[in-house]
Amino acid sequence: MNRRPSLLESVATHLVLMVAVAVSLYPILWVISIAFSGKRPPEARVLPLLIEPTTQHLGDVISSTRDGHWLFGQQLANSLIVSTATAAIGVLIAIPTAYALARFRFTGKETGVRTLLATQMFPTVASAIPLYLLLFKLGLLNSRTGLTLCYASTSVPFAIFQLRAAFESIPVDLEEAAMVDGATRFQAFLKVALPAARPAIAVTALFAFMSAYNEYVLAVTLLSKEEMFTLPVLLKSFIGEYKQDWEKFAAGSLVVSLPVMALFYVAQRHLVAGLTSGGVKG
Amino acid sequence: MRRAAWVGLVGLAAFVVAFVFLLAFSLALPQIAFAAPPIRLWHAYRGDEEKALLEILKGWQGGAVEVLALPSDALDSKLASASLVGEGPDVFIAEHHHVGEYRARGIVVPVGDAFEGDAAFIEPAVRALRDGADMWGVPLSPKCTALFVNDALVTKTPEDIEGIAELAGTLPPGVFPLVYEARNTYAHAALFGAFGGELLGKDDQFGLTGMGAEASLALARGFIVKGAVPDDANYNILKELFKAGKAAFVISGPWLAADLGDARDLKYHIEVLPKVRAAGQPMRPLLTVESAMLTKPGAQKPAARALAKLLASRESAELRARVARSLTARADVPIPEGDAMLRAFAEQAKVAVPMPSSQAMQAVWEPANRAISKVLRGDAPPDVALTEAKRRFDTVRRPLPPPASPAPFLIVFGVGLLLLVLTWVRGARRGDFTAELKRSKPAYAYVAHSVLAVGALVVAPLAVGAATSFFAGNLFGETASRRFVGLANFIDILTAQGGSLLATGSFYVVLLVTLLWTFVNLFFHVTIGVALALLLSKPMLRMKAMYRVLLIVPWAVPSYITALVWKGMFDRQFGAVTGLILGLNELFGFHMEPISWFAKFSTAFTANVTTNVWLGFPFMMVVTLGALTAVPQDVLEAAEVDGATRWQRLWRVTLPMIRPTLAPSITLGAIWTFNMFNVVNLVSGGDPDGTTNILVTEAYAWAFTREAKYGYAAAYSVLIFLMLLGFTRWGEWQKRRSEQRERELRAKEVTA
Repeated sequence: MNRRPSLLESVATHLVLMVAVAVSLYPILWVISIAFSGKRPPEARVLPLLIEPTTQHLGDVISSTRDGHWLFGQQLANSLIVSTATAAIGVLIAIPTAYALARFRFTGKETGVRTLLATQMFPTVASAIPLYLLLFKLGLLNSRTGLTLCYASTSVPFAIFQLRAAFESIPVDLEEAAMVDGATRFQAFLKVALPAARPAIAVTALFAFMSAYNEYVLAVTLLSKEEMFTLPVLLKSFIGEYKQDWEKFAAGSLVVSLPVMALFYVAQRHLVAGLTSGGVKG
Repeated sequence: MRRAAWVGLVGLAAFVVAFVFLLAFSLALPQIAFAAPPIRLWHAYRGDEEKALLEILKGWQGGAVEVLALPSDALDSKLASASLVGEGPDVFIAEHHHVGEYRARGIVVPVGDAFEGDAAFIEPAVRALRDGADMWGVPLSPKCTALFVNDALVTKTPEDIEGIAELAGTLPPGVFPLVYEARNTYAHAALFGAFGGELLGKDDQFGLTGMGAEASLALARGFIVKGAVPDDANYNILKELFKAGKAAFVISGPWLAADLGDARDLKYHIEVLPKVRAAGQPMRPLLTVESAMLTKPGAQKPAARALAKLLASRESAELRARVARSLTARADVPIPEGDAMLRAFAEQAKVAVPMPSSQAMQAVWEPANRAISKVLRGDAPPDVALTEAKRRFDTVRRPLPPPASPAPFLIVFGVGLLLLVLTWVRGARRGDFTAELKRSKPAYAYVAHSVLAVGALVVAPLAVGAATSFFAGNLFGETASRRFVGLANFIDILTAQGGSLLATGSFYVVLLVTLLWTFVNLFFHVTIGVALALLLSKPMLRMKAMYRVLLIVPWAVPSYITALVWKGMFDRQFGAVTGLILGLNELFGFHMEPISWFAKFSTAFTANVTTNVWLGFPFMMVVTLGALTAVPQDVLEAAEVDGATRWQRLWRVTLPMIRPTLAPSITLGAIWTFNMFNVVNLVSGGDPDGTTNILVTEAYAWAFTREAKYGYAAAYSVLIFLMLLGFTRWGEWQKRRSEQRERELRAKEVTA
């Protein structure tokens, strides 16, 4: 396997990879082109070239106001607040649970795991209406708290599984050594297991954040007040059945997705590591 | 020591709970509102009409008004979901024909003193909104379509619409004699009206049937075949074509005039719609009366009623006529002199047909649209398409299943519970059960809070959702026609509503489409992902890191954004895919026709699959890359020494070794694809005719677009869940079987 590949083989490999890259990037290039182009000719084009470069659309989206309030800023804040809260709540609830699942044997463990897994397979459609009613009873409709609760409910099971894999991959000997030295189980958890799991916890929190940030169906169903919109709802509102504002949509997409894409790159290595290191046992 | 640990744990739990509450409270703070909540006004205006509305509101003295502008399709569905629980507007502006449906759902109430009186308004507008002694909205502006004529292209309007179509060939190339939204029932109704037909017959029966309907469809199809009319013009295309001088005549309404405001060098005028030669009668477009309506909470606020009255007042009408050139429903506001456009619309309104406002009307659109599309595409003759449309209409309008007695269910449930308790007690009787419990106690300290949280946030809503599947009717509105129907919803779905099992829209067809969707996607995800991963893991490859980063981009971008982008790229007129086809034509001299991607199942399905494969291959690629790093080199080297070729090493050593690691990811990918709502909903939207719907989008459609059949949608969801559960259980069983077989084999080897 350490022989040098032939020239033909190298060229062919690079060619295939470059085609794949071109296909991967093509739609993104179009988004950039539309976001920064002025008046485009009404015809189908192949190359996403910029026409009349302008930052007008970007400005239009970011500076949208209503009654003197910075509407876009409000909507951006909604997304950020909801996503951060979801990540925080999800991780806080999941950490001790995941630890227990990884380290203890207890009655009802298997049923619990089975139930958690099962909840992952229920489509969001079904929970949209009862969640709506639940929020109404609590007076939390059209509120960030309500949306956060909905998102947290879907992120907790996933976080539990990810963190369980993480805790399982930490050798028990470390904690056992600590306990031999006189620490209680809880202290071992706090002082040995938690710090060792820090990167996994960070990644899990990141993923919960990103799932909430990118969530579309529930947000669009549950939010009806413009100033409560999260960013996905705002972007979708540009593309209606009769009126389609592709320029604003493209500009908005760039603003919305660049930060989360950066985060994604940081986190994705770890997610896959968790999935492939034998962590997913079902 | 032990006690310290317990105190610590309790402290942690308390901290968590306190933190959650603090978070919730602080997030809820901004909702602690001011004294008097503002009046909420929703509308779907844009451009000049929106300007006019905001100007009217400037003159409003009665307190704060919170205005929400929504796209018209969003307004309808938001009203439905928000008004369920009283979170909707106080006043909203919608077209009068929605009244029937809103009344049935308990969303609107009579407007009472917001209505100035019969004398103030023109008779058709009042008739459209009156029922008995009650007015269900205040009329603002009647709207209908008329004929827009491009003066630069034609000097004299032909006498009838066949005459217009006959202009094909006499106009410059690339110019259509007539452009209208041919696939749209609303637009087609004008043609149908010439033959004397109405969309809703007596007793709320489906009206688009019979000789007149078939003749109108045949006529429309004839125009398209002749090339006189484009077959798939939507409003955007119509507008662009007219603006660009590529259409001599278009049929549209005042909204087009508003949108044409900025096309200053376009010379056009507006006329009454022509006659139809084949029918001997003039075209009769539908008349819709834009009205301000009051919701139940709104009607109780005097300020809201006063606002509605203001919107319909004389001053507001004059303002609207001035700013947005809207036709007014008022009898005491004259048409401004010299305004030929308003005069033309006013003339047209005289022969227009008020859109029926019965609730049954809502069930007309989907079947009628499908039938018209089918005929215009040439996929079916008019009589076949219309018969199917009537069947669909009747299916949706079916009466609710009769209420069933919950008794048998309660009994079964009770017995099940009893059995559960018995097994539990029996298990508890085992000697070591109490010891086991004692051993489990420390674990419970860690798990207790999460059981509560997950139970309340996850399990409870899902259980309620599943329970909904046993009910039917208007589940959550004030007019609770809700009823327990037992398994009726499930039986309905599984017997395809008594029709053929493979009829379009049947559960089994949707299931087949979903399975096809899952397999095709998974196949491409895995082959492309694994292939790219193999290429990327070649040891001597340079720029590996760069390739990897760039190839992950489709996974990194939020899926709803890319779904919409791909939808745009597949647009037949302006999309990049068409551009590619045209580019290839130029480059290689092909003569490929740009494809109308969402007109046929095969192409729409391909569009969906392309988007989803593009979205999903990076995940498989990255997982495979990780799995490949775990393949030990020595095994491969040994194989090479033994004379295995590269291919053999790949097929017989590498791939089998990574299979167990890939398996859980493939399962995960399968479940995600099976439930992939965003792509199917945003790219094809189920087009054509709902045939590309997968199970989850079909369930959503039942809940949110087909008369809000939540119970039905919930039953769908339960079935989806059961299938996925079955699938994963089967997978586990297979794994256990193969593991056991391996063990047996190995045991045999040892003893041999």
